[in-house]
Amino acid sequence: MAAAERPAIDPADAFVMEAPALADWLIVMPLVIGFIFAALCLMTRKDTRRQPAIAITGLVLILLCVVGLFVHVLVNGTVVMAMGRWLPPFGIAFVADMLGATLALISGIVGLATGIYALREADNTERRYGFYPFLLMMLSGVICAFLTGDIFNLYVWFEVLLLGSFGLLILGSRRDQLDGATKYAFLNLVATTLFLIAVAYVYGLFGTLNMADIARKAAVMDEVGPRLTIAALFFFAFAMKAAAFPLNFWLPASYHTPRLAVGAIFAGLLTKVGVYALLRILLTIFPADRDDLAVAIAVVAAASMLLGAIGALAQTDMRRVLGYLVISGIGIMLAGLALGSATGLSGTAFYTAHSMVVMTALYLLVGIVGAAAGTFDLHRAGGLYATAPWLAVVALVLAFSVSGLPPFSGLWPKIFLVKASIDVGAWWLAAAILVSGFLTTIAIVRLFAFAFWRPAHPDMRSLSLAEVPVARLGLPVLAGLCGLTVIAGLYPEPFIQVSDRIAFELMNPAGYIDAVYAPMPAAAEGAVQ
Amino acid sequence: MDLTFLAFFAPFIAAAFAPVLVRLLGHNAAWVLALVPALIFVHFAGFLPQVAEGGRVTGGVQWIPSFNVNFSWLIDGLSLTFALLISGIGTLIVLYAGGYMKGHPQQGRFLCFILMFMAAMQGLVLSDSFFMFFVFWELTSITSFLLIGFNHNAERSRRAAMQALVVTGGGGLILLAGLIFLWNMTGVSEFSLLLGTGDLVRESPFYLAALILVLGGAFTKSAQFPLHFWLPNAMEAPTPVSAYLHSATMVKAGVYLLMRLNPVLGDTIAWETILPLFGGATLLVGTFLAVRQTDLKLMLAYTTVASLGLLVMLTGFGTEKAIEGAVLYLVAHSLFKGALFMVAGNVDHEAGTRDVTKLGGLLAAMPITFGAAILSAFSMAGLPPFVGFLAKEEIYYGIAASDPWSVFITTVAIVGNALMLVIGFAVAVKPFLGPKVETPKSAHEAPLLMYAGPVLLAALSLAAALWSGLFHQFISSPMASAVAGAPLEITISIIPKPGIALTLSIVTIAIGAILYFGLARLRAAMAASLEAIGWGPDQGFDQFMRGLVRLSVVLTRTLQNGRMEFYMTATFVLLALWLFRTMFVAGEWPAVPAFPVLSIYEWVTVSIIAIGLIAVVRAKNRLTAIVSLGIQGFAVAILFMLMGAPDLSFTQFMVETLTVVILALAMTRLRLSPQDHRSAGQTVLDGTIAIACGVALTFILLQILQTPFDRTLTEFFNLYSYSLAQGRNIVNVILVDFRGVDTFGEIGVVMVAGLAILALLRIVPKRSLGSAPAPRVPAPEPVAVGKE
Repeated sequence: MAAAERPAIDPADAFVMEAPALADWLIVMPLVIGFIFAALCLMTRKDTRRQPAIAITGLVLILLCVVGLFVHVLVNGTVVMAMGRWLPPFGIAFVADMLGATLALISGIVGLATGIYALREADNTERRYGFYPFLLMMLSGVICAFLTGDIFNLYVWFEVLLLGSFGLLILGSRRDQLDGATKYAFLNLVATTLFLIAVAYVYGLFGTLNMADIARKAAVMDEVGPRLTIAALFFFAFAMKAAAFPLNFWLPASYHTPRLAVGAIFAGLLTKVGVYALLRILLTIFPADRDDLAVAIAVVAAASMLLGAIGALAQTDMRRVLGYLVISGIGIMLAGLALGSATGLSGTAFYTAHSMVVMTALYLLVGIVGAAAGTFDLHRAGGLYATAPWLAVVALVLAFSVSGLPPFSGLWPKIFLVKASIDVGAWWLAAAILVSGFLTTIAIVRLFAFAFWRPAHPDMRSLSLAEVPVARLGLPVLAGLCGLTVIAGLYPEPFIQVSDRIAFELMNPAGYIDAVYAPMPAAAEGAVQ
Repeated sequence: MDLTFLAFFAPFIAAAFAPVLVRLLGHNAAWVLALVPALIFVHFAGFLPQVAEGGRVTGGVQWIPSFNVNFSWLIDGLSLTFALLISGIGTLIVLYAGGYMKGHPQQGRFLCFILMFMAAMQGLVLSDSFFMFFVFWELTSITSFLLIGFNHNAERSRRAAMQALVVTGGGGLILLAGLIFLWNMTGVSEFSLLLGTGDLVRESPFYLAALILVLGGAFTKSAQFPLHFWLPNAMEAPTPVSAYLHSATMVKAGVYLLMRLNPVLGDTIAWETILPLFGGATLLVGTFLAVRQTDLKLMLAYTTVASLGLLVMLTGFGTEKAIEGAVLYLVAHSLFKGALFMVAGNVDHEAGTRDVTKLGGLLAAMPITFGAAILSAFSMAGLPPFVGFLAKEEIYYGIAASDPWSVFITTVAIVGNALMLVIGFAVAVKPFLGPKVETPKSAHEAPLLMYAGPVLLAALSLAAALWSGLFHQFISSPMASAVAGAPLEITISIIPKPGIALTLSIVTIAIGAILYFGLARLRAAMAASLEAIGWGPDQGFDQFMRGLVRLSVVLTRTLQNGRMEFYMTATFVLLALWLFRTMFVAGEWPAVPAFPVLSIYEWVTVSIIAIGLIAVVRAKNRLTAIVSLGIQGFAVAILFMLMGAPDLSFTQFMVETLTVVILALAMTRLRLSPQDHRSAGQTVLDGTIAIACGVALTFILLQILQTPFDRTLTEFFNLYSYSLAQGRNIVNVILVDFRGVDTFGEIGVVMVAGLAILALLRIVPKRSLGSAPAPRVPAPEPVAVGKE
């Protein structure tokens, strides 16, 4: 019989034989919890009173998991879990290194913060049509994107978060929302499609989809040509996802249209997934190609940070100001990728975390400001210094933080990046970082001067915070986020230690690769021979 | 705990409690709050003997060891003098603010800001570490912003606050680059270590870059021409702020930095040219503009600008005596200018105006204030027996020489000093002497809280000169030594010694006296000439800001124009350029592929694809195009089948069918125009872009196909799909087992997509977003990017 001629099957050649440690399960828990609670929210979608409680429970559990995962990675190093026990590179592996775990942690924080804020913002119609399922699915997608070690699987999570965000974007069906959502969806689909094409190329070139495996094979590849072009295609796709200039069209077209809680979670998470993917692809997987693309990345970075800040200056709608600041921040994150040095990457890691928290907080702030002032129009808002002094404190903290002024969290990563630029003689990049900080200061302080200092417009009445429903939960949430930026500004040491470790891991992808192959020493040589 | 460490934070803590204390104690809270700076003053005064003997106290705690940044301080003659000025004058200012802002509803907030500023300023001068210095430097800008904008309802205040933040905050960013340059050049990031690296820095090729960056920070902060304009505008702040921040302390931060770095950056041609030039220009511009003013505070503000110019000029002049003069003048200026500002505040507070032309004869009503004013004016004019006299003598000793450069600088100094004398007396004498003028409020003497400060400062101006030996021993000589980087001993006293300095002093006084009596005419002449010029950096600032906003609007409108076609076109053009560029850089193009050997039915299928594509391009209406696209899709599906992928082929058939059906349905419902209305040129352009992208992607594909395929995964799946995963259909096993997580995620995608469609179909848009109101007219994307 044919069966007799087959080679003997040893499961140890195909499976991870040891059960994963209990703590390792944390790596998949955000996905499990996210999907279960999204399903629960969907089942209770008409019970608009109980559904939010379920959603918040889910968000809290996700946060607990990512906190646990972060601590686990911090203490024990990179965590790997093979899905279906298939040995890497044959199945899908989830890998949490310091970068992934940190971004997952902050996503958990941002998700819970916006979820709580939305309790008072999303109305019953929006709840009934999936606000919380969208939110939970999107958050799971984002966190899994940070944790997957498989490039096609990354594409799947991009789809999950794209669709989830699309749902959040159109909830409400107002004309401007649909206009924004159309541009958002089409341009993002282009980016996602290019990403998919690049994945197909990678499979064609390397015959594998596991990131560690690709990295291993790419490192020993002789022909530079197709690999460099593929890396460039990835760069294009993810730069578009990250809304880096000149591929940022979709962001200013859409981010100001949905609820502020939605804008907040978008600003906090979505573009950062693009940045994460760039770091992963160009540092862990194709480090040699990053060197070749460095100058182009630096140009994109400088252009994004400057044009983002300039764009913010031109806006009179507070929400649009923030949209452009997101783009400016992306430029700053890319600066570290362009530099590729330990200081630069540490700055990028720190800045990414900082930006996620602060941009989320700024959107929530503008939500309260808009509700209290009765408008998002900078020409008409005013008078909040008198009616909402604590909100003014929050606004000042966030304004200076996003501008990179001390003593808040934006300062240190910018110092790192300026120093790293000067270290390699890229004075123009250092200048771009400083000038963009300068322009950002003008844009955001102008917003503060108008909305807070200036007396209210004669036909507007600014409400006190007690009269603004979103402020009741919004202010404590904002206070928490502000607390983070203040602590990271005053005592940055632990944050810098984590950032330094992220930078080290990114610059030494061997650690990542070894962690993935750790459970199967035999497989490292290619088990099937 | 180290008390010095505590001293850094004590004012912050006091600031936090200020609003509560004011609520409890009213304006008397100032007495309690003033204890904090007073105690700090006492603490730092304890260092005087040690520092007088040339000692230098450093200390600190670890702050950011990963970045080599410590929270470390450096107490030497320079920083100690500054610390004493800040805490000493700070004490008086807190008391003064208690009286000045009495009954103001936001007095607590005001005191809070003042104390925060004090902490920032004190941290600035005591910092040893660069980055700590930078943090405090920007904090002074931020607190200054809050204080200038304190009367936030007034447009002028808001503008002045923005302006000050833009200029000084921006300068701070330049300074940051300068500090990083210094760090990279020397490898040290603390001033105490940097001071020993002067030669290294001066010989570095980056010296000039570092110098210019540092000067960018110092000149903006210390209001050097042509960036001086923010300082007079900052007079919008309540008077205690003007007295404290914008004369005695913050504006001297730039001078402090120059003095601190003099041993490192000084003693070069660049230093000794740039500083005197800018300083001298600032001195002249400041004094001339001061003459033009009639507002007491503005007159003082412009002389502050002038004094800062004088200090910069002296710091850069390069002789030891000039440094000594700068040190003496810095202390003298803080004392008399702080006092005069408080005097101006008292006059304003009690008489209701501070326009010098509407004031007169207040002597009877406000004798104590007048006393403080006249003593301070003497010091400002450089008359004995005041510390200002010592300063001026020393200055003239320092700069008078016979070479043309010195003559030039000396002339500038004489003119500046003479004009400052004029303004000093105009401020101190005009409101008090002469005939009584009716004022908006009937004037009384200011309360104790408000005259204590000026009187004490005026008395100090006198005492420092009378006991000049002690003053030099403990304050000025150690400070001058720190600035020079070598031990200096100042000996000047109030007993005039005949010589060049005295002669120049007398000349100055004579010119000043003449000008004083012609002040009205001088003012008119200045006003006329300024009107003739008709432009100043202040307008320049507005033009800069307007231009910036306008540029932003134009750029944003061009790039973010709301047109989807533009976004798409730009994206694909960039894609093609980017891919071709990369292939060009890599220099690798695909080899020409061998002519394919296909069977006849494969050829047929391929030609169907080609025909389908041609039909799509040539289709007259959209429906035909969609159906033609379907043909092409079906043909691809057949190819899949021929190549042995029935699952894939089946999926492709399904997808193509559904796509055509759904698109056709949507088309009929959308009532789109059936035709494509693009012009021929547009079609060609779009076609070119499409072909370029297609060719680029195909080139990559061809390159990949020319490398051997790695079949590791395929073999693994073949081997284990049935044996371990228990499935005969490998594709299915891949979907549900090997890569089950992908499928799981995709199921989520389908669910979310369904839900999103449901939401799109069912939700009827509301006009407003509930609590967060939407613009009344739903504005699709290209809305007015407004004008400022």
